[in-house]
Amino acid sequence: MADITAYKPYYSVLILAFFCSLLVGSAAVGLRPLQEKNQQQDRKKNILIAAGLYDSTRTVADLFGNIETRIVDLKSGTFVSVDTVSPEGFDQLKAALSEELGRPLTKAEDIAGIRGIERYSRVYLVTDNDTVRRVILPIRGKGLWSTLYGYIAIEGDMSTVSGISFYEHGETPGLGGEIENRRWQSGWQGKKIYNQSNEEALVVGQKKGQEEAIHHVDGLSGATLTIQGVDDIITFWFGEHGFKPFLTRLRENGGRIDG
Amino acid sequence: MADTNIQLLTNSILKRNPIALLVLGICSALAVTGQMATALVMSICLTLVTAFSSLTISIVRFQIPNSVRIGIQITIIATLVILVDEILKAFFFELSKQLSIFVGLIITNCIVMGRAEGFAMSNPPVASFMDGIGNGLGYSLILMLVAFIRELFGAGTLFGVEILQLTTNGGWYIRNGMLVLPASGFFIIATIIWVIRTLDPEQQEKE
Repeated sequence: MADITAYKPYYSVLILAFFCSLLVGSAAVGLRPLQEKNQQQDRKKNILIAAGLYDSTRTVADLFGNIETRIVDLKSGTFVSVDTVSPEGFDQLKAALSEELGRPLTKAEDIAGIRGIERYSRVYLVTDNDTVRRVILPIRGKGLWSTLYGYIAIEGDMSTVSGISFYEHGETPGLGGEIENRRWQSGWQGKKIYNQSNEEALVVGQKKGQEEAIHHVDGLSGATLTIQGVDDIITFWFGEHGFKPFLTRLRENGGRIDG
Repeated sequence: MADTNIQLLTNSILKRNPIALLVLGICSALAVTGQMATALVMSICLTLVTAFSSLTISIVRFQIPNSVRIGIQITIIATLVILVDEILKAFFFELSKQLSIFVGLIITNCIVMGRAEGFAMSNPPVASFMDGIGNGLGYSLILMLVAFIRELFGAGTLFGVEILQLTTNGGWYIRNGMLVLPASGFFIIATIIWVIRTLDPEQQEKE
């Protein structure tokens, strides 16, 4: 325990730091494939939860068989063929910030705080005889401390919410982190995103005026700023730059995919 | 210390329980005791971290300069905790999501640091390892007790299996809402300490 020389504290700390970082580094690299597999599984599970199809007695892969993954062009709202973009290898988050597959958003456009928007997005469809019964859309945006990542499921009328789920965020547990709370999420069911004139009308948290109950989702106490972020996310992703062209088009087609 | 290795292991469970006698590490005892399953994982993680950090620190204790010993201890503990966290994420993803930040907070758990500084720095490796396991088990005992009470009477379940059918589920049991909240852990831990000190007056603090 004695300090033998004046340098001893320095090199003993350096040696220790070297061994510790070696251990931590190799664990992080070695276990990453397994962790990524888990994350992917978790995302699929959240898609199923948003769609209301999750059943803990069956495997996620089995349940996911009923869901079709497609790519849509956000601007025109049309489906993109598998040859242009394949759903498997498509990295949507990277695309949003790249030059050829995305474009940066101006400050006025960027309500959700995501900096860039991708040209193509994945969508998940629950179909029945080529007619869409449910659409599950990936959404993301800034909360209070972090970017929230989630899925929202919309019924065949392309306006009624059937479920929402967040799979990744860095909000304070117990406060903003309560957006993971299934009971709060169930309050979204049956709410309508668009009003009669096809404008985005859903308000989350504090009301801005006299919104009807059908267009209003309760906030969470202690999570005002996170909820404001959620509200912005909905406004953005169901607006012109988000999925509105796609949903409008699908509704006009009567929910038929091949239109 | 004249204790044998077995005594080191068993004494820390009731006689020198880290939570009941030393009142250390109660922050996590409040946070993760809402469910038995999370409490069990937390107990296992903490026991492993305490045991192996004590072992490692004891092995290198003659090489640790006095002036930077706390920093070195913390580095060793943090490394072990990160390893545990990575392993949980790879093999028990659901649990790691539920425990979220609490695994990381093992680093700041006073028990780990307390055993490193108070025991491992001045005792041989095997004794330190046993002491670490013993303290981990003592922590686990209290944690499981609190979680048992909180989950059974707060949610009507044990390890997620329904025992008392809740009125919200069409049963007869009206759940105790207070036990769901972390603060109830305080009352339960206080009661446990009271019971232990009444049974074993030696543990009572002198005026």
